[in-house]
Amino acid sequence: MIFLSFAARNLRRHWFRSLLSVIGIVVGVAAIASLGILGGSINLLVANLISDVGDTIVITPHTAIGGTFAGDPRTAVDVTLSSREVDEIRRAASPYRVIPVLQGVDEVEFGRGESGYTRVIGLDPEDIPILLRIEEGRYPRQNQPGALVGTYLAREYDLRPGSRITVGGEDLRVAGVLAERGFAVDINPDYAIVVTEGWYTGHFGTQDGGYAMAIVRVGDIAAIDEVKDAVETRLNRREDVVDIIDSREMLGQYQAIYGQITVFLLGIGGISLLVAAVNILNVMYIAVTERVSEIGVMRSIGVRRREVLRIFLYEALILGVAGSAVGGVLSAVVGYVVSVAAIGLFTAGTTFGEEFVVFNLTAVGYIVFGMAFGIGTSALAGFYPAWKAARLLPVEAMRHA
Amino acid sequence: MSDEPIVRFEDVTRVYPLPAGAVVALDHVSLMVEPGEFIAVMGPSGSGKSTLLNLMGCLDVPTTGKIYFAGQDISRLGDDDLTRLRRDHIGFVFQQFNLIPLLSALENVEFPVLLTAGREESRRRATEVLRAMNLDDALFSHRPGELSGGEQQRVAIARALANDPDLLLCDEPTGNLDTKTGTAIMDLLAAENRRGKTIVMVTHDPRVAGYARRRIQIVDGRLV
Repeated sequence: MIFLSFAARNLRRHWFRSLLSVIGIVVGVAAIASLGILGGSINLLVANLISDVGDTIVITPHTAIGGTFAGDPRTAVDVTLSSREVDEIRRAASPYRVIPVLQGVDEVEFGRGESGYTRVIGLDPEDIPILLRIEEGRYPRQNQPGALVGTYLAREYDLRPGSRITVGGEDLRVAGVLAERGFAVDINPDYAIVVTEGWYTGHFGTQDGGYAMAIVRVGDIAAIDEVKDAVETRLNRREDVVDIIDSREMLGQYQAIYGQITVFLLGIGGISLLVAAVNILNVMYIAVTERVSEIGVMRSIGVRRREVLRIFLYEALILGVAGSAVGGVLSAVVGYVVSVAAIGLFTAGTTFGEEFVVFNLTAVGYIVFGMAFGIGTSALAGFYPAWKAARLLPVEAMRHA
Repeated sequence: MSDEPIVRFEDVTRVYPLPAGAVVALDHVSLMVEPGEFIAVMGPSGSGKSTLLNLMGCLDVPTTGKIYFAGQDISRLGDDDLTRLRRDHIGFVFQQFNLIPLLSALENVEFPVLLTAGREESRRRATEVLRAMNLDDALFSHRPGELSGGEQQRVAIARALANDPDLLLCDEPTGNLDTKTGTAIMDLLAAENRRGKTIVMVTHDPRVAGYARRRIQIVDGRLV
């Protein structure tokens, strides 16, 4: 116990330097833990956001960079699937249902003088109930013009069934409001207007199909590969006409992307911790080096090597534990605040951020990991120079000015 | 213990390998220190006095030759055993005092005792031995930096005596002190010797050496 109080006194003697090294540890621990929490939160959020099940195949016109995620800016080219190609897909995918999707953009007036460009999705009225659920109102029917509006759009412009909107100069009645769908592999109608295919082609004057994509609802995960192969051989025999992707792949890609973000964040945290570790090593090294002669004196009056080591190890541990404790608390606070802010930003205007738990086991794990790393590094950093000094002959150590 | 000399050197040589060539600090030295002696080791600087003292105190090990401490060959002992030997049987007094700066005077004296004894016992013995060194009680709580050279050396001697060693080794104990203070310190050491403590002291001051009962002259690492 005398060694522990000895170590504590020594730290107090150099309180400013001790404080600096504690700050170094705090920063390192806080960096790795809060970045880990942030990364974990992003992953959880993405998992919340993606509403897909693994039974959807999406077929899009072939682009130079195919098979990436929906909305990849590199795939934004103005090409479409023709009716003939959709028929081919129908034949290949039989007996599963193929849903061709029309997608365009037009200026929409929401009433009260508010207007803006909005995505307009055209679907066969029979396909709409299969693909989308409604919150209020009813589905539009074949010869009864009416639009479904995405939930966020409805909320923002206070639209309900019966409201009137103007799409590109044409009046349209809101038939229903869609339920929140989230980030999906196929279409993202939360901010869009869904109209019937008939109205769409009449309004936009689309000819020969002009479909943005075709969605195949397989309904059975085991059949996915079979359908993909059939479409592939039928359409892409001579040259690539379509890109085929299924929701499993897409989910995998999202997960890979966000996994990389997490690794990246952890990497930054790791670098911070490395810097902190070098700082701790430096501080301990200087502390021990300037006291080599003191170590010599202690050894000459009968302090054994391992007792010298204990004194310095205690010093390092006191710094490490203090720094890690503060760092752990700090990273809990910082990680929480940053995660909440980031989620607020990502999910502005949606409900995905609600009921989202920032603190889960993973976050606690990151904090514990950060603290353990901080303590471990400090112990190691203190141990090495002390071990070197304790190995010297007492006379050599004392001669050290 | 009574027939056995405390320290016996047998043909001891200590060579320091230096970049500019090996330096022979001690050259085939044989000697004995009997219980109750007060020896002054004299010689010019660089003659090997301090090396001799360090070897005697098990702070250093010989290159060749054998050193027996109370009949025990120290070259056979590991570091832990040598450290224990220093702790329990040898006391050191240095020219630079070498007190631990962050401990108070009393704590400095307690320190070697605490390595083996309890807190109360340590405090009692430290107080006793500090008082025997005529150090004012008011100074017990002072740090070494707040004490004069003479006071620091009293604390240092008290620390060396705290574990009641068989051998007290002093390296220029008055080297950093003025004459008057030095005399007081030497009186303390002489009194300890009269009480039966074996003392080996390195000095180049003949007046200080006058307190000793035997002198060893050393020149260029050899006894003369």
